[in-house]
Amino acid sequence: MREIDVHQITEHVAAAVQTLNFDTPPPVLDQLSDVLHREISPTGREAMRAIVANRQLAMVRRVPMCQDTGMAIVFVTLGQEVHLTGGDLTAAITEGVRRGYRAGYLRNSVVAEPLFERKNTRDNTPPMIHYQLVPGEELRLTVACKGFGAENMSWAKMLTPAEGLAEVKRQVVACVEAAGPNACPPIVVGVGVGGTLEVAALLAKRALMRPVGDRHPDQRYAALEMELLDLVNATGIGPQGWGGEHTALDVRVEYAPTHIAAIPLAINLDCHLQRHMDIVV
Amino acid sequence: MTQGDGVTAEDHPSIAVTAPLDDVAIRRLRVGDRVSLSGTIYTARDAAHQRLKAAIDAGEELPIPLEGQVLYYVGPAPARPGAVTGPAGPTTSARVDPLTPPLLARGLKGMIGKGKRDATVRAAIVQYGAVYLVAVGGAAALIAEAIKSVEVVAYGDLGTEAIHRLEVVNFPLIVGNDCVGGDLFEQGRARYRRAGGE
Repeated sequence: MREIDVHQITEHVAAAVQTLNFDTPPPVLDQLSDVLHREISPTGREAMRAIVANRQLAMVRRVPMCQDTGMAIVFVTLGQEVHLTGGDLTAAITEGVRRGYRAGYLRNSVVAEPLFERKNTRDNTPPMIHYQLVPGEELRLTVACKGFGAENMSWAKMLTPAEGLAEVKRQVVACVEAAGPNACPPIVVGVGVGGTLEVAALLAKRALMRPVGDRHPDQRYAALEMELLDLVNATGIGPQGWGGEHTALDVRVEYAPTHIAAIPLAINLDCHLQRHMDIVV
Repeated sequence: MTQGDGVTAEDHPSIAVTAPLDDVAIRRLRVGDRVSLSGTIYTARDAAHQRLKAAIDAGEELPIPLEGQVLYYVGPAPARPGAVTGPAGPTTSARVDPLTPPLLARGLKGMIGKGKRDATVRAAIVQYGAVYLVAVGGAAALIAEAIKSVEVVAYGDLGTEAIHRLEVVNFPLIVGNDCVGGDLFEQGRARYRRAGGE
């Protein structure tokens, strides 16, 4: 048994939402610089030059790289040997988001209710929190600040087994084409396949949380990821939709067991910012 | 000279343009041209557009001039103490497409945002001799460097969505839709699409 004080979690989350909006980890900067050098479209390179320069400026100035500083999403993976002390974990994470968005001068982009009043909560809470219990003594937080240009262009669909893999590929390309420039390409495409409707959506989001360059451990899914990346980049949409060979930075697929009657499919898009990080407590 | 085929090379210098826009400057611009915009522009996104449209429908006077003006679709993040503005990158233009033709009919000449415009807006851009300029989505810190002053001029209750008057110097842009019907998104994509994609 290991004790963790939830006040510590508040501090971690408050720091994370700021660094995610200001800082670019070296692997992401390398990835974007690499696209800048390999892109053959002059307009595509123009967009990539601004994207890379903006990253460097945001780090130096300690300002957010985008005015949409995102909705906070937190995946909590809690070892069941951990004993949490000092209060309510959900409240502690929420307080971290509140403090971090205030301290970092980040934009409050959350409304309390989606249909009638759409009143801004004025502190960017609540975050969207997903909990998972696992064996062990570790507490892992995956924190993301998700912009809605890309979130808005995501979709889910229940496919039949007969439609199969071919339809999955067709849907992924169709989703990226429908998103076009609006998702702020070059994008990352997260694909969740299997489970149930809600599990597929969570898998798609989880896929976006994987690190740069990560490939699925199952060779068949790794090959599918690379094939989908090629199909998406064949669309010609390019950086910012200005034409080019780099519409996506990567495609990542996650799967789960599912019912004999279906292939649940969710496609979640992330913009070139890729604001997510893991914290192990 | 401009290329007009959606493929400006970086060795072509950017074209200096002053806002408000004059017709001579607009007629010179072609899809893919790099533009460096200086002068006075106004911000307006979803909520401000709805109010402008309501004012037009009610026959009321508008709170800002439209003749020759440029609207920037943006909702900046808060400014740190002492800063002119917070990060201020473009938001998706398509959301204000239904509200745009009435503004063009009243003299609006330029728009700044990100992403494609619908067929109605594209036709109105040609009809009224206007131009749609695009900024890089997610390059908000870089763009903020070009903004030298910010003043709320209408709908202050809307917060980040209020209409602000901006003074900008060398705002880096690219021509998305020109006054002769060119479309950066269609032309750019057609050029780089290859077999395998649908």
